Parts: sequence; structure tokens; C-alpha cells
Amino acid sequence: MAGPAIELLGVEKRYGGLAALAGVSLSLAPGEFTALVGGSGSGKTTLLKTINRLVTPDAGSVRVFGEDIATALPAVLRRKIGYVFQEVGLFPHLTVAENIAITPKLLGWDKKRIEARVANLLGLVDLPLEIAVRPPVALSGGQRQRIGVARALAAEPRLMLMDEPFGALDPLTRDALGIDYRSLHDRLGLTTVMVTHDMAEAVVLADRIIVLRNGRIVADGAPAELLAKTQDEGVRALLEAPKRQAERLAAKLEGTQ
Amino acid sequence: MSPKLAAAFALLPEYLGWHVLLSFAALVLGVAISLPLAVAASRSPRLRWPVLAGASLIQTIPSLALLALFYPLLLALSTLAKATLGHGFSALGFLPSLLALTLYSMLPILRNGAAGIIGVDAAIKEAADGVGMTSRQRLFQVELPLATPVIMAGVRTAAVWTIGAATLSTPVGQTSLGNYIFAGLQTENWVFVLFGCAASAVLALAADQLLGLIEVGTRKRNARLVAIGAAGLLIGVATAVAPLAGLGKTGSYVVGAKNFSEQYILAELMAGRLEKAGAQVSRKEDLGSAVAYRALAAGELDVYVDYSGTLWTNVLNRKDNPGRAEVMKQLTAELKRRDGVQVLGSLGFENAYALTMRPDRAKALGVASIADLARDAPRLTLGSDLEFLSRPEWKAVEGAYGLSFKAKHAYQPTFMYRALMGGEADVISAFSSDGRIAADRLVILSDPKSAIPPYDAVVLISPRRASDQRLLQALQPLVGKISVAAMQAANLSVDRDQQKASPAEAARALERQILPSP
Repeated sequence: MAGPAIELLGVEKRYGGLAALAGVSLSLAPGEFTALVGGSGSGKTTLLKTINRLVTPDAGSVRVFGEDIATALPAVLRRKIGYVFQEVGLFPHLTVAENIAITPKLLGWDKKRIEARVANLLGLVDLPLEIAVRPPVALSGGQRQRIGVARALAAEPRLMLMDEPFGALDPLTRDALGIDYRSLHDRLGLTTVMVTHDMAEAVVLADRIIVLRNGRIVADGAPAELLAKTQDEGVRALLEAPKRQAERLAAKLEGTQ
Repeated sequence: MSPKLAAAFALLPEYLGWHVLLSFAALVLGVAISLPLAVAASRSPRLRWPVLAGASLIQTIPSLALLALFYPLLLALSTLAKATLGHGFSALGFLPSLLALTLYSMLPILRNGAAGIIGVDAAIKEAADGVGMTSRQRLFQVELPLATPVIMAGVRTAAVWTIGAATLSTPVGQTSLGNYIFAGLQTENWVFVLFGCAASAVLALAADQLLGLIEVGTRKRNARLVAIGAAGLLIGVATAVAPLAGLGKTGSYVVGAKNFSEQYILAELMAGRLEKAGAQVSRKEDLGSAVAYRALAAGELDVYVDYSGTLWTNVLNRKDNPGRAEVMKQLTAELKRRDGVQVLGSLGFENAYALTMRPDRAKALGVASIADLARDAPRLTLGSDLEFLSRPEWKAVEGAYGLSFKAKHAYQPTFMYRALMGGEADVISAFSSDGRIAADRLVILSDPKSAIPPYDAVVLISPRRASDQRLLQALQPLVGKISVAAMQAANLSVDRDQQKASPAEAARALERQILPSP
């Protein structure tokens, strides 16, 4: 495909005296599944939000599918980008169907098309159709986040931004949702950027991992490649953590048999 | 049913109708102004503080004062409008009441509105931005719907406050349930006072319950509850206001009265004669002295009775006392020249300010005149009505005799007499036509220096009715006919504790006495 899906050039953002992003440049290819990892305060969420202008950079430029987003209307830009975050933020005064339909409605889709889309999306995220008329309070945490994903996908965006989307779920649900989403990403040909603090999740789901520290990129590459070539002790420790954890787990289980 | 209760019920459609119309209009206006302000305050922390502080400040102004302040303000605006646009508007009655009550209703709506919008979960606001809503879409599709229960709770509080405070619109000339309370307090008709309190309490409770239904409905997202509450509210308002449509408006005469029994009786007497002549009459009672005269000059009242000394000192700002006849002559000429107000004539009696004591007390102290009083004043307490101490007459008496009392207390007229009889006051500023002076054998102190001007009761007619033949013919026969003894007897029949007459009954009795049917 022609050109990168996302291109950041020298992006800076300061909060008070503190630099959240200290000059970040990167380029993501269409169809890529990228995980942004790093400790808290590393700038990964700020970086994600500069892409749909929930955060406006102090310096540098952000291009989405070739367009400089500084010139776009934020609301119009966001309707073209799916956004999922940990708290989900379903609208409690609307039904599940109305929640999913919100962006198509803002775009002025006709009623029939929206109805069909909602039904289609409920299938995609593996939820029964009868859930559509319920209020969000009647749902479990996992169901809510599936609705969150469906709502983000509703207007057929090519780009999905996810901020620790499965962070508040129990391990089983989280695992299932992660795998389900990755297959959606492949089937729909999406470009996905996902912030996570869970290294195992990043390694399992992502094609590419970008590690941030103090607002700078300290490592960038495919999981295996990254592990092989990185010189940075901190990054190595971070990347090896899930492997070490798995080994300890295996040893423990063997010992008890 | 007791006759007093029946009389109260007979007045209910008119009083309740105005009360509901006034409160409802103030509340609707209050919501219309407060909601946008609340939205602005929720958006800008810099705006939030001044807006909420301003609304709180308004709340600290006593509601009666707030109502009173709007009258001179509107009068000035009306004069300005007349000068620039060619026609003014009524500064008395509905408009000042509406504006004051609107201001009064704003605080709870503003406070709850801002809190409700700010209080919407941050994650929901982030989601609204994330799905691509503009700031306006976020407000109308997410923030306002979610803040509605909190806002409705504020509207509920505002409704109860407004309905309560609306009783205070009576003194600026707006009929309301407060008419029961103010008139009842003056004539010691406790049935009226209680009836007025109960009616406004029931009204407030009903409004609170219906708005509560809407609030619960919005909280539970139950459209049926909201619809029932709203329908109940609208039907209630429509039912209460409907009787007002039947009240004659065009071509009707407005008879005014200040806030004491004699004024009610004389207003009823004049209104009765006009009605007998086939005219539509409405009454504006419980007006303050200065308000009454200015309202008449502005044409908002057609006729009322005032007293020559009051007009002499307060309207013409005169300090001299050229004698009873000369005061009347100059007054008639001056009021006509200045304001176009016509003095129809004196009713025949005086109602002067008279420093008065209990007979036993006057005898013990050896006081017969105000000059004698000056000697003992530092050991005595003066009781007065609510306005006497701030009037020029008091300044004149104080200056002429060098009076300096130990203490001075102001009372509603009824309670002023009670204070004298009970010993809380040694001297009071009584009214010479008051029936209680004779009934209680009170001693009027003479005024050897003539510091107090004469107070002939005079009928004043507004400029626009100055040559209205029906009005003149109906009222002319009253001129010179009422003796001070007849007025005292009529006043006493309303003020006494037993076998009290209503002002209308007293007016009919007085008319039979002074104008025997041919």
C-alpha cells in the first residue's frame, strides 16, 4: 500500500515542566498491529492520544493516512478512528444498540444501514443479538468491553487506537478478548495501536513492539527481533519478563507433580 | 362553614390563579436563564466562581427587599422607555414580582446544573470525545441527559422557594396568596392568615411532588413517570390560571389601598360605589405610602385615599405648617400642576399622627402635651408603625420638642396598640381616626407647636381618570360626609377582637350611615 498509516515527526508534549513526549518520531505501516509498552509515566498513553487529537502536541506533526491532522476538525477526525479504552465509557442512558450506533449516527447513516451494522457487529464481537435492547448496566465487564470494541468499529474505521483495553478484566476474559480482537484485526485488515503494560499480551498479540521511557522510544521492532538485538538492559528485562514468568510457572507445576 | 372561611374560599380562584401564574412564569424564566449560565459555568472554571457567588449573593437579599427594589428600578426604566419609545410599562404588580422571583429561583438551578454537568463521569466524557462528538453534541446528547436528575432536583428546590416567596409580592401590588396573609395580619383575621399559609404550603407541596415525579422519572429513565409528572404540572397550572381569564380587564377601575384597616374600608367603599354604577373594579391593596402615590401618578391606580399631611411632607417635601385649609388649597394646586393628579376633595375627617399614651401612664407622669413628654422621654419607650420613624413628620416633632427616647420600636399597626396596652411601649404614634383610641380611652398628647401637619383624608384621582364622569359621580357624594367618629366606629368594627367585621362589611355599614338610601 502507498505510504504509512501513521507518521509522527518530532512530537513533543509537556505537562507543566514535565515532558510527557520528548521528540517522538515513528512510522506505522497499514495492517500493522503495534503495541506501545513502558512503565507508568513513560508517555505511551499520551503518544496514543496525539493520534486522534485527544492530546494536541506542543511541537511536531502527526499524519494519519497521509493527512496532517492539525488541520482537521477533531470531531470529524475521530469519527474515522476507532477508540477503545480501559474504562470503556459506555453511555448509561442509551441501550447497547444505541451505544454501538453512535458514530454512524453522527455521520448521518440511514436507519436501515445502522440497524444492519449493529447486528453485524454484535456477531463480530461474539455477543447475542438480544443484548441490543439492554442498558449497559445489565452487562458483565467482558461484555461491556466487547460492546466498546463494537462501538469503535461501527463506522468502519481503518485505524484502531486502544488504551489498555483489557486491563480491567479477569485473566480468562482478557485472554479470550485479546485473541478474538487479533483475529478481527486480521479479518478486517485494520491498523491497530494498543497501549499495554502487560508484556505477555504485547508479545502474543502484536507484530511490532515499541518501548517508551521518559517520553522517548528506547526500542522498536518485532518481538523476537527486539529480544535478539537490544543493548538496553531495561528493555531486555522487560521483554524477558513473560518468558521468565512462564519458566518459573512450568518449574513449579513440574515440581508438584 | 364559618363566614370568614367562606370569604377566604370565595377569593381563592383569583389569589391562587395569580400566585400560580406568577410562580410558574418565574420558574420557567429562571430555568431559561440559569441553564445556559450553568452550562457556561461548567465549561469555564473562571466563570464558575462569579456566577455562583452572584446567585448566592442575590439569595442573601431578603426576598421582600428584592421585590421592593424592583419597583423604583422599573419605574425609572419605564420613564426612560416613555421618553425614548413613546410608551412606558407598568412598574407595579406582575413585572417587578416576576423579575425578583426569577432572580430568587436561580441559585438552586445554577448550582445543581453546574454540579450535574461537571459530575458526569470523566470516562463517559472521554468516550463522547472519542466517538467523534463535537462539544455541542457532547453537551446535548450526553452531559445534559445525564445531569437531568440533578438539575430537576434543583428545579424542585427553586419551585418551593419561589412559591413561598411569591406571597411577598402583595406589597408591590401583585395579587397573590400573600393577600390573605397581609390583609389578615392588618385586620387580625387569623383565619385569613392561616388560610393563606395553608394554601401556599399545599401549592408548594403539590408542585414539589409533581416535579419529584419528573425527577425520579429522569433518574430511572422512565418516560412514563416523566410524562405523568409533566402532564400533572401543566394541567394544574392551566386549571389554576383559567379563572383569571374571566376577570374583567379592559375598562376596569383600579382602586388602591395602603396597608391598614381604614384604607381597606375606604377602598371597599369606593369600589362598592363604582360597582353599583356598573363598573368593573379591581383592587390593589397593601401598598406602601410612596408606592401608592407614584403608582397613581403613573396611572397604575385610578383612585385611592391619602392624607394631606403625608402628601405635604413626603411628596411636596414641605416642612412648614400653614394650617389645615391652606395645606389643602396648596396641595390641590401643586399635585395637579406637578403630576396631573386630581384631589377630588376631603372626606371630612382627619387621620393624623398622634402621640398617644395609656391614660394611667399619662396621669402618673403628668403628661398632657408633647412638650411635657420631652421631659420624661429619656426614660420612656416609643412604639411606632413601620414607616413613622423614617418620615419627615417624625423629624419635625423630634426637632421641635427635642424628644430623645430611651428606645424606639417599630411594629405593624395592630401590634403597636398591643405593645402600648401591654406596657412594652409607653408612647405610640397612633392614628387619630383609629377606633381603638376611643375604645381604650387613650390620651392623645396635644401638639402646642403645631409640628405635626394636618392629615385630612383626601380622595386622589389619577391623571387619566381626571375627567371620567362615572368615577367622579360615584365618588363625589362621599366628599365631606365622613366624620371622624363614623370612621373610628368603622375602623373599630374591623380591628376589635370580638364580632369582627370584614372591611367590605364595615364599608357597607359606613355607607348606609353616611348616605341613607333615598
